[in-house]
Parts: sequence; C-alpha cells; structure tokens
Amino acid sequence: MTDPVDVLIVGAGASGAAVAWSLAETRMRIVCLEQGDWMNPGEYPSSGRDWEARAYSDMSISPNRRKRETDYPVNDANSPISVANFNAVGGSTILYAGHFPRFHPSDFRVETLDGVADDWPIDYAMLEPYYAENDRMMGVSGLAGDPAYPPKESVMPPVPLGRAGAAIAKGFNKLGWHWWPSDTAIATETYDGRDKCINLGACSSGCAQGAKASTDITYWPHAVRAGVEVRTRCRVREITTNGDGMASGVVYYDQDGVEQFQPAQVVVVACNGVGTPRLLLNSTSGRFPKGIANTSGLVGKNLMFHPYASIQGIFDEPLDGYRGPGVCIWSQEFYETDPSRGFVRGYTYEINRGRGPVATALTGMFSGRIPFGEGHHEAYRQLFSRIAGMVGICEDLPEEHNTVTLDPELTDGHGIPAPKIDYTLSVNSRRMLDHAVARSTEVLTAAGAKDVITEAPIGVGGWHLMGTARMGTDPERSVVNEWGRAHDVKNLFIVDGSIFVTSAGVNPTRTIQALALYIADSMKRRLANLFD
Amino acid sequence: MPDTIATDSPFSDDERRTLLALVGAVIPASADHDMPGADDPDIAADILATARPYHATIAKALKQIVSIAAERYGPSYADLDAAIRAKIAGEVSHSRFAGAGTLVTITAQCYYRDDRVMRSLGMEPRAPYPDGFDIPHGDWSLLDPVRQRGKIYKEV
Repeated sequence: MTDPVDVLIVGAGASGAAVAWSLAETRMRIVCLEQGDWMNPGEYPSSGRDWEARAYSDMSISPNRRKRETDYPVNDANSPISVANFNAVGGSTILYAGHFPRFHPSDFRVETLDGVADDWPIDYAMLEPYYAENDRMMGVSGLAGDPAYPPKESVMPPVPLGRAGAAIAKGFNKLGWHWWPSDTAIATETYDGRDKCINLGACSSGCAQGAKASTDITYWPHAVRAGVEVRTRCRVREITTNGDGMASGVVYYDQDGVEQFQPAQVVVVACNGVGTPRLLLNSTSGRFPKGIANTSGLVGKNLMFHPYASIQGIFDEPLDGYRGPGVCIWSQEFYETDPSRGFVRGYTYEINRGRGPVATALTGMFSGRIPFGEGHHEAYRQLFSRIAGMVGICEDLPEEHNTVTLDPELTDGHGIPAPKIDYTLSVNSRRMLDHAVARSTEVLTAAGAKDVITEAPIGVGGWHLMGTARMGTDPERSVVNEWGRAHDVKNLFIVDGSIFVTSAGVNPTRTIQALALYIADSMKRRLANLFD
Repeated sequence: MPDTIATDSPFSDDERRTLLALVGAVIPASADHDMPGADDPDIAADILATARPYHATIAKALKQIVSIAAERYGPSYADLDAAIRAKIAGEVSHSRFAGAGTLVTITAQCYYRDDRVMRSLGMEPRAPYPDGFDIPHGDWSLLDPVRQRGKIYKEV
C-alpha cells in the first residue's frame, strides 16, 4: 500500500489536467494515475518522412489499430462509428485537431426549446467564466465577433484563411450563409512556452512544434510545478469502497505490472465517455453490485458520439493541400433547430484545408477517382492539392440503448475487462447527416468544386465520447449531481465528457475542460463540508 | 530506404513475386511525369518492410489473387498483362483496412514519400517539421456580409 493522498485523479487527459491544475492551489496532496506515457514531441510523425503512414499505425486514432502497450481494446463491432482516443499524458488532446468551439446557450436547454432529451442542471452563463479561464490556459486562437455566439474574446489571432478557406468562404457568401474563422487550440503566436504554428499540417498525429494545445504542454507543466504528482503507466482496475460506502482508493497496476492499492480521500475520474463507465462498471462490491455510482442503472447508458458527415470538393485550382492546420473556418448556419428541416437540433460545418499526398491517393483510389494502373498519375494530379471541403458535426441525442458495457471476453494487457459498444444511429441523426451532405454540396458547388466526395457517417469518427455518466439533480435519472459529485458516493467525482447531458453540435473538449474547472471550483468552495 | 535485409522478410519468394507484380500494376512507372513505378527496387523494399507486421493479412490476400488469376486466365498472376493485374487488384481491394486494401494502402504510403515522386509533384522531399510551410493569411474582408447579417444564435 502506498501513502494516502488527498485527491486521486484517474486519467491525465483534457479534464484530468484541468482539474489537477485548479485543485493544486489548495496545497492538498494530489496524485494522477495515467495508463499512458509522457509523449516526446520530437518523435511525432511530422518529424519524419513517414508522417502520413504513422497515422494508420502507431499514431492511429483507433486503439484497436494502434495497439500500443498503453492502450486498451474496445469492442465496437456493433456500432457504425468506431471509438477514437489516445492514452498518454494529454490523452486524446495529443491527437485532436484542435477545433475548439464552445457550446451555445441553447445547448443547455434542449428539452425546454425542442422537447427532446433533458436540460442541463447548469447553463452557459454559469460556465462562461470557466470557458474564459480555460481559453487562457489552453491558448485559444480566433476572431471575436462571431454572430453565432454570445460575445467572447480570443487570446490570439485566428489561423490563416489560406487558399482553401478563401475558396469555401466565397461559396458560403454566395449563398448568404454564416461562416467565421474557427476558434482553435492552436497558438498563432508564441504563448506560455509554446512556439507558434508553422503549418506542419499533421495536427492529428501530434504537434512536433508544440503549437497545438495538448494538455501535456499546457495544464500539466503548471500543475506539476504546483506539486501535483503524475504517475505514468499506471492502469487503474477498480475504485474501492469502505464500510461507509465512500470511495477508499483505487487498485491499479504500476509500470512494472505490480498490483498496488492507492488510498485516497477523494477520487476524481477523468477517463472519457468510454473509459469512465468501464472503470465504474468494473468497480463492483456488495454495496454496488452493478458497479460503483450506478444505483440509477445509467452508468454506461446514453452514449453519444457526434455522427460526422465528410463532404470534400475537388477543385480545378491548387489549394492548400498538405500545408496548414486542418482547422480553418466553420459555419453554424444550421445550428439551431428549424422544424422545416425534418430534424431537431443541428450541426456545425468545419472546413478542412486539404490532405497530404498519401491521403489524396487513398481517397482517389478507394472512391474510384484514381484508377489502379493506366491513368493513375494523370488522375492523381487532378486531385493533388485540389481537394478541400468540410465535415458536418451533428448533435447526437441521448438514447439509453446506446451503451458502454463490459465485454464478457475481451480484456486489456492486465486482464481487465474491455469496453463493449452498442450504438445505433438515430433517425434524427440520419436526417441531419443527409441535410449536412446536401447543403454542403451546394456550398462546395458555389465555391467552384467540380465534383464532391461524401461519407456519412464517418465510420472511424468516434472522436467524441459523451453521456455515459450523465449530470443531473435527480439521482434516479443521473449519475452525478450538478457539480460532478456521484449521487451514490460523496467523495467520488467525474469530470470528463461522460457527464454531458446532451452533446451539442460542436467538438466537446472546450466544454469538458470548462466543466472540469467548474467542478474543481465547486469542490474548493465546499472543502469544509465536501462530503455533506 | 528501410534498414532491413531481405532475409528478415516473412514473405516467401512466391509471395514477393506476386506482391511486386501487384504494386507495379497498381502504380506503374510514368515516363511522362518522370516517376518510378511502385515496383521500383527502393520503393518495393520500403513496401516489403512496412508490410511486415501485416504479413498474415496480406499473404491471405495474395493467395486469393493468385487463385483468381489461375481460375480466370491460367498463367500465374505475376505473368499476366499489367492491365489485367491492375483490374484484379482493384476487384479485391474493397477497403483500406483489410486484405489487399491493406497492401494498396501501404503501397500508397511508401510510394508517395519517395524523393523522386515528391519532386515530380512539386514537393520538397522532406519532413514537415522543422521548416513547416507557408500559407496565405487571407482577406478577412470576406467576412463583411456575415457581419452585416448580424447575430444568428438563439437567446435562452
């Protein structure tokens, strides 16, 4: 047994880093257990000639394809969308593109506005100061004045528009539709020890320049300097409880594979919308036979991805191709509900700048636009640096039959049961995807595209994992309360995307981190009576 | 050029012959563009080294290809006309992540990082880091009509 700690955080990703940094000022003894490693940015793919190939192997977004020792497998055979994640200090921020939108005020009130799902127990105004604090910590680039949002400031100027952004922006303008420079977690100026973006173009395989705000280079250096201890290659098997029904600590396997018990006064779970229910369901006891914090039976239910549509145009003139960050501009023309569209809620378009030479070849060859054999090179040159388009990121509504459970057979390298995903695309999501494909085809055509390649949903696009330990005031209909504490266990907190009530139609990381800061602040304000 | 020797390869001589016949048919050389084929010795060595972890999957696909060739045409796949080899490769490459699709994916990965290929496409033969790339910052006056339209988010 190791020495007891005040706060034990499981997971060093987007939310674990934020909560650790915020709690560090209390001078409590805080330890974070992370199953992955500290990454070495010098070894990221953009440092080598095989930078595109490694996105299909050791830096793949899929843990099942990547198969690092630090990964756990996910059985997602029964889902049209497969799980994407990364296990390291920094978590999935190592591989995310750095799209960094906030939720909108309406996203917290979907039941009131649209009669679906549930309202959140908090709202945009409550979260706004934490969004702003997180923006400073992560270093957000963008342009103030976006008419799709309440007023908000940007820390740095936006990423370049580039040729692709300009072409597609003109398409939006022809149709009279909204677009705006994306808010991004990419430094466009030197910022807090990070260098500015130099348009490497491989953001989703790790940023060798350090311009992209992964939490290993944003929150963690500050948290560690403030006294937080991070233990890597430590995989938590279960959360233990004592006779009072309180969390007593965790059992984990250390870097040598030796089982350890870490006692703690407070346990904070930050393992994402799949890893968190997996851990809770694996933490059974006489008091919690269905898994810890699962009296409601909702742990692992209401899994939400964001179904993505990919719509890529082929243009006559060369655009940005492999150069520049994937993030560029966005459109929220179809964000708020319009009943005439045949679905509720909406989606965001995020414009993709282009793709590299290998991705161009694969896109062309597997869509039939580049032949195998004769004519290959001529067709390739019609696509190279001439593909640009967008993704539509659709709001996914919670449905209890979309679940994370424990696989009866599949385990990780330590024999811990792996997560199993059962997920069905809803009729509302299907209609939204179809709408996104149709409207974006109009935009790309207006922008001058001569052909359009579509995929909806993107099968490998399970980047966003949400809803499986939802937040709420009713213990029968939620897992944690309105400030992240488990209804069943008064010293157990959850701070990642699993506490989302609904998903919104935007990337979740900025909101995940704002929530983590809000929960940490709630804990600090209640330190004297935290367990009441 | 990968740091391997031929004897390290899990691919048998027959598998190598079929594999090289396939990749050379899928991406042939081009005199017009001064580009090698994917069966160029340096590129082929890169493909074989990169394909090593996927040997079982690829070997199974190669066996299927040989079988299709024998059933339809008689001679071994490697002895068929390049156009027929490319046609068969296309038929069995349904997905990037399975069977022959894996081999086609690896072929594209290795081919489009070769110095000669990159130069022919107008690229500098280098990694993106540390030099990076330049892209135009853009004309933000394009936003004027968006600004003029005003707020579009829903008040709650």
